[in-house]
Amino acid sequence: MLYFLGIFQTIGVHTLLGLSAYVLLLTGQLSLGQVGFFAIGAYVSGILTVLFSWHIFAALAVGALVAGFFAFLIGFPALRVKGLMLVVATIAFSEIVRLFFFNLSWRVEVNGFDVGPDSTQGFREIRYFAANGWEQTHVVALIWSFVILVMFLLWWLDRVRAGAVLRAVGEDDLAAQSSGVNLTMVKVAAMTAGGVIAGIGGGLFAHSTTYVDHHTFTILLATFAVSYPILGGHKNVFGTLLAVIFIQGFVIEGLRFMGDYRNIVFGLLIILAMNLRPQGLVDGHFISDIKKKLGGKPKKDSADA
Amino acid sequence: MLRLSNLSKYFGGVRAVDALELNVKTGEIFGLIGPNGSGKSTTVNLVCGIFGPTSGSIELDGVDLKRQAPHQRIDAGVSRTFQNIRLFDDLTVWQNLWVAWRDAPGQEHSWFSNWFGRSLSRRHEIQKLLEFSGLGDKSNNLAGNLAFGEQRRLELARAMASKPKLILLDEPAAGMSSAEVTDLRQRILTMKEMGITVLLIEHVMELVMNVSDRIGVLNFGTLIAEGLPEEIQNNPLVQKAYFGSSENTSGGDTNAIDQ
Repeated sequence: MLYFLGIFQTIGVHTLLGLSAYVLLLTGQLSLGQVGFFAIGAYVSGILTVLFSWHIFAALAVGALVAGFFAFLIGFPALRVKGLMLVVATIAFSEIVRLFFFNLSWRVEVNGFDVGPDSTQGFREIRYFAANGWEQTHVVALIWSFVILVMFLLWWLDRVRAGAVLRAVGEDDLAAQSSGVNLTMVKVAAMTAGGVIAGIGGGLFAHSTTYVDHHTFTILLATFAVSYPILGGHKNVFGTLLAVIFIQGFVIEGLRFMGDYRNIVFGLLIILAMNLRPQGLVDGHFISDIKKKLGGKPKKDSADA
Repeated sequence: MLRLSNLSKYFGGVRAVDALELNVKTGEIFGLIGPNGSGKSTTVNLVCGIFGPTSGSIELDGVDLKRQAPHQRIDAGVSRTFQNIRLFDDLTVWQNLWVAWRDAPGQEHSWFSNWFGRSLSRRHEIQKLLEFSGLGDKSNNLAGNLAFGEQRRLELARAMASKPKLILLDEPAAGMSSAEVTDLRQRILTMKEMGITVLLIEHVMELVMNVSDRIGVLNFGTLIAEGLPEEIQNNPLVQKAYFGSSENTSGGDTNAIDQ
């Protein structure tokens, strides 16, 4: 049971990370910086609960805001670069964040114990849940409340004008600009929203694993973050969730019995998925099929997408 | 309405637009023609703010547009279509117009309702615009799946959704059949009736000559002639710019070979 709860935790946290990249992908920005915001959320909220004994919700909120603030700042220079150059620039940002925490040593004595980030040794004492009597089921419920909240907000966004504007910018920013869309505002807003979502994910991750260090926030995790919405398809938020379940639940956990062969199969499965569903796991066909099964009227055109 | 003075744009050593003087009057349809590479599209891009000019000024009703970002020029009342259709292909027809929509001055919605609300009055007006474009029954289709002519009509509707004072049409008849050109002509005349000033950039003479109130001819980035359609047709300078020499204009290339 604990094993499955653990997988649920991982899937929940990774879904938040994937959704933070999804928002940016809507506006056509491919960012490997989400892991940087994730790390900021993790360390900031961890420091607040451990060193300053804050309540978890306050710490998560501040962690998310700090991550969002850095995303806002990154948003402006990021406007000047596109495509591969943006990828490189955001990798650089993630590495700066990672190396900052790699060097951060801030040990404080709380209740007779030395706690806090200990540079190369990592930040090992994030025990908020255990110390306050939370059971693992509560932690899973907390993580998934955030996943559902964020997914609902992004789903709703597609039903109002703001969602159409984000997608318009992603499709053709010149045409969007010529239709009166303020590119700076839209792209920076998307970057900030992505930072906040990643920051919440990071805070939940730090507290549910009780331990973070610089090895956690490498480029590999950044690659996972963008892979989810790309593999899942950016037509719909559920694609990202499905991709996380596919990769974390099926490919990584489900193939554990294969030992070292798993890595080979991992790659093959992703290539296969991308070839069978080039528009993502949840593409137009998938959506219209579901709608038919639910008895609703399928959108006339979505099948051709 | 639109006044370009001494407007220049150089790309390296190429003078795409060179000390251009142009005056478009309120309510008229102004045709801008010229051979390939004469600077027509560059002029549109300068007016819309895609490029910044090397020198010169762009004024709309006395307001200097030069320092305004492209989206601010939409608010100022300038809108455009593209030579190669640029719709949001993965959005529905409806959403394409929703993105470009601006409230008329005096009936603005709040900031919140503009981005997140779904006001009925706006819904109603977008529907009217769809019907004007003959796309009333296709509002849920993806723009990328429309037929070519429908895409052209949708782009025109999108340009009108921002309620512009001045609309720049960059070769709207490119690739159209003669029946479609007739239909387009009607639409442009309707826009004029609605009080929109039109700057029409076009190669299809059948359209320009029949719809324009005045015509300007660009060559090497400067205006070489300006006047009524008949005057332009008979202007030797224009004939020279298009055909290379004033003697063999009547029959075009075949005559040139015969001589």
